Amino acid sequence: MTEITTNHYMVVSFLLFSIGILGVMTRRNLIVVLMSIELILNAVNINLISFSYQHSDLTGQIFAIFTICVAAGEAAVGLGILLALYRLRHSTEIDRAVELEG
Amino acid sequence: MEGLISGEVILFYVFAAAALVAAVGVISMRNPMYSAICLLACFVAVAVLFLLRHAEFLGVVQLFVYGGGIMVLFLFVIMLVNFSQLKEVDLYVGHSRAAALLVLVMASFFVALLVGVDLGPAFTEPLAFLSVEGEVMGNSQAVAWSLYRDYLLPFEIASIFLLVAMIGAVVLGREH
Repeated sequence: MTEITTNHYMVVSFLLFSIGILGVMTRRNLIVVLMSIELILNAVNINLISFSYQHSDLTGQIFAIFTICVAAGEAAVGLGILLALYRLRHSTEIDRAVELEG
Repeated sequence: MEGLISGEVILFYVFAAAALVAAVGVISMRNPMYSAICLLACFVAVAVLFLLRHAEFLGVVQLFVYGGGIMVLFLFVIMLVNFSQLKEVDLYVGHSRAAALLVLVMASFFVALLVGVDLGPAFTEPLAFLSVEGEVMGNSQAVAWSLYRDYLLPFEIASIFLLVAMIGAVVLGREH
């Protein structure tokens, strides 16, 4: 307990990942589902960076930059889809979006 | 030296706990605006965890891109969408208890597994994330050196990806 190891970071990362998975699986509001996906991607970044530190290798940090880049693109497109869905259904609940025809 | 180590330990526990509490707040708040504020708190706490693992550049990028960019995107969409009917709808889908149980089992299993793993001590010399070709520099310089030399093609592909995502978001978001 006196020293922080990579295991500590792995546990935090996995708990954050689990919370994100729980949000994706259970929440009905699409905005919160997208936020939970951001939580999952953040958990992945924590893992990448702690292993980058563990092995003294920069590749993990570079990969985390690309993860952040993908997360930004995913948020933009996801929120665009959400706005289109809201115009169509006047709701952001995911069970209003089960039938896919326009 | 002893004081420095204990300071790092305290910072880790405080901000790890803050990140997890904020993450629970994200998925449990009824109002999406409060979820967004919790998400912001979670991003800041995770940025501090990055700083503690010598990813200074990524910690600041995390604050700028997540705390600035993605957060503003979420807040704009929350303000565009009318949440007046929030009170009468269910917060969770029907199978949420089964999902919570499943995630709890998965989390306890993997946390028990992860605690038992012995990775050995972390490498200390040379610190690749602080040096360029053996010469000690800042983390930003080391990241830039690696990104623009070894990972130039993925970097350019990422810029094209962001362009495609931007065009896609504009096409999806425009009025018909």
